[in-house]
Amino acid sequence: MNSVYSGPGFDFANTARNSFLESRGLPLPKATSTGTTIVGCLFKDGIVLGADTRATTGPIVADKNCEKIHFIADNIRCCGAGTAADTEFSTALIASNIEMHALSTGRKPRVVTAMTMLKQMLFRYQGNIGAALVLGGVDADGPHLFTIHPHGSTDKLPYVTMGSGSLAAMAVFESGWKQNMTREEALDLVTAAVSAGIFNDLGSGSNVDACVITASHTEMLRNFVKPNERVQKERSYKFARGTTAWKKEDIRDLIITEDITVIREGEAMDIS
Amino acid sequence: MSIMEYNGGSVIAMVGKNCVAIASDLRLGVQSLGIASNFQKIFPVTDRIFVGLPGLATDVTTLHEQFRYRVNMYTIKEEREIEPETFAALVSSTLYERRFGPYFIEPVIAGMQRTPSGSYKPFIAATDLIGCLNFAKDFVVAGTASDKLFGVAEGLWEEDLGPEDLFETISQTMLNAVDRDTNSGWGVVVHLLTKDKVITRTLKGRMD
Repeated sequence: MNSVYSGPGFDFANTARNSFLESRGLPLPKATSTGTTIVGCLFKDGIVLGADTRATTGPIVADKNCEKIHFIADNIRCCGAGTAADTEFSTALIASNIEMHALSTGRKPRVVTAMTMLKQMLFRYQGNIGAALVLGGVDADGPHLFTIHPHGSTDKLPYVTMGSGSLAAMAVFESGWKQNMTREEALDLVTAAVSAGIFNDLGSGSNVDACVITASHTEMLRNFVKPNERVQKERSYKFARGTTAWKKEDIRDLIITEDITVIREGEAMDIS
Repeated sequence: MSIMEYNGGSVIAMVGKNCVAIASDLRLGVQSLGIASNFQKIFPVTDRIFVGLPGLATDVTTLHEQFRYRVNMYTIKEEREIEPETFAALVSSTLYERRFGPYFIEPVIAGMQRTPSGSYKPFIAATDLIGCLNFAKDFVVAGTASDKLFGVAEGLWEEDLGPEDLFETISQTMLNAVDRDTNSGWGVVVHLLTKDKVITRTLKGRMD
């Protein structure tokens, strides 16, 4: 750690200490995970991706409105389930690499390229990076939709679901999906699938995010449906000022003021 | 027991109208044994950013030094102070670098972010121990009393609280939550940030 920049890749310096603690009966604490319902669906002229917005730490809701549809490129997006930090950083890394790739080839990035980069990275880490992804986009070859598992296996299907709510969402797709749907039909189906996860799976909740990708443009529909909005509280729970007793106060003024006091009238400058 | 509960301690940050507040308890313990009632968990980063580091005490010190070093390097290189949002990204990537051998800390960040128009807007964020950022609009919590803090804050917090009202809300939230947590307490400190002032108050609370 003498250099200003630390080298690339992970730092394993704490692993010896942490595995010692683990051997002494102190288990590793839980990281934030996105219990999650994420879905993707093919339609007439593109892809619709959908996600819920709940992040959890065990049984606690850590974030009620998080973003699970990550940017990869203008024409490619990726939904993430699993360990929240892993989905966040894996997609950010691949987004950077895709941009570099697009710049060096001078071509619009392809969905398979992003998929291959992600699966090769996840396979290299043998499932230790807990990212379960739904990757979708439209490129020169038309629309593509993939699922990527934490160990690096991939599927290419016309409709996909992932996360703890995947069963609930897949049930909706299996009964409702048909070929050559319109944009509206696909968006409705995706909303119904994510909603099935939100209401029937404990790991999923809050709002529906959606993203429609077509050959011409990408439309991110953040909080597309908000079926669980907090209602106005029945009364205000403000405390009367002075309720809390305090022992010590320190006020730091961030505005620097300067008073200039003239001590003595100066003599006029000699200009003779 | 998890290693996160070994020394105890909790932090909360809340957004108000043109202000933010961040509070922590002051206990340092070894499981149920109290060691100190003046253990600092919230540190100033710049004039307008505070970071709270609840978790394993050895990592509180290590990470505080690590962040101080990295923020200093940033300030020298960029020839300007770091903004809260940028600092949150720095915290996040510092923790994710240790994805497979983490520090046992869940940082909470509170600050006033400079807007293009030159005014300041409140900013809070929290990450888990491997750096997954959580940007909340209302409040963020971390530490051994986090479950209780979530509950109390969800009930007491409301939108657009002025600095003095926010002080009462965050103080009461913290005091009542740590009273129901054996591993947190032994005094509370609150920092209140407005666009031109930083008010730090040490609260009177239960010492058992």
